[in-house]
Amino acid sequence: MKVEINRARCKECGLCIHNCPKKCISKSGELNDAGYYPVQIDDDACIGCGICYTVCPDGVFHVLG
Amino acid sequence: MAATRERKVPALVDKPMDFCPGCGHGIVSRLIMEALEELDQLNNIIFPIGVGCSSNLGAGLECDRLHCCHGRAGAVATGMKRVSPDTLVVSYQGDGDAYNIGIAETFNAAYRNENITVIVINNTNFGMTGGQMSLTTMEGQKTSTSVHGRDCSVTGYPIRFPEIVAREFPGAAYAARGTVTTPANINKLKGYIKNALQAQLNHEGYSIVEVLSPCPINWGLSPVKAMERIEQELIPYYPIGEFKKRGEEQK
Repeated sequence: MKVEINRARCKECGLCIHNCPKKCISKSGELNDAGYYPVQIDDDACIGCGICYTVCPDGVFHVLG
Repeated sequence: MAATRERKVPALVDKPMDFCPGCGHGIVSRLIMEALEELDQLNNIIFPIGVGCSSNLGAGLECDRLHCCHGRAGAVATGMKRVSPDTLVVSYQGDGDAYNIGIAETFNAAYRNENITVIVINNTNFGMTGGQMSLTTMEGQKTSTSVHGRDCSVTGYPIRFPEIVAREFPGAAYAARGTVTTPANINKLKGYIKNALQAQLNHEGYSIVEVLSPCPINWGLSPVKAMERIEQELIPYYPIGEFKKRGEEQK
C-alpha cells in the first residue's frame, strides 16, 4: 500500500479524483459516518506521487513514501 | 519507480474540520502548518483568527489561537507581536473579515508596518453567513445581497489589497497572492506562505499572502467547477504572484 486513506475524513469533494494523474482514485460504495461516500485507491495503478495529498482539503491521505 | 517521500498532515491540524466539501481553507491551513514545520516553528506560533469561515480553523488547531472580534485580527495581532516579539503571529482571516469589516485594522497594521503575517482567504463573498457580497465580489457576480449581479458603479470595484500594500507601503516586507486550483499552484502558494513567515522571523516587517479560494456552496458550483471559475474569472482580475519580494526596495 502506498497511500493510506482516512475514510472518516472524506467529504466526497472529488478534487483528488479530478487531479490524480493515473486516474486510480474512485468513490467507494460504502458510506462513512458523516454520510459521504469516501474515496478508494486502486493500489496497482497508484504511483504514490502525493498529488491527492496536495489537493485534499480534509487531510484524508497519508502518503507512506 | 521514483522514490517517494512520506507526506502526512502536520499534527497541529490533523483533526476533522467543519469546512464544506471542496473548500480551500483546509488546504491553506495545512500549507501554513507544513511551512511552519519546515521552518521548525511549530512550538512558536499563535494565531489571531478572524470571524467567518476562518473561525473553523480554531476547532481544528492544536496550538495557541484567539478568536478576535469581527475584523479586528490586525489590531489583536499587533498587540500579540508587541508583547511577544519572538513568537510568530499569523492572522488568519477571510476577505469579509480582513477587508469589509476590518479594513481599518488591516490597513493600519500594514501602515504601521507591524512585524506580522496576514493570511487572507479570498472567496469573493461572506461564506459563513450565506454568501453576501463583500469588497472582493466580482463585477456582475450574483450573491444573496446582490441578486442581480454586483453593480460596480454603485458599490465600488473589487479591492486588490496586496497590490496596495506593495505599492503604497514602502516598509512592508512581502506581499503575494496565490491560489489552490491546481497542485502546481498549491506548491507555489506554499512557497509564498513560507516566504511570508520567513520575513516575520527575520523581523523584516509586514507580510501578507492573499489566497483565491473556492466557495462551491455559495457559488452554486461543484468543487471542480469552482476551481475552474477561479482560473477563468478570478485570476484575470486578481493576478497571482509576488507583488513585493523580500529585500526589495520600493521602486
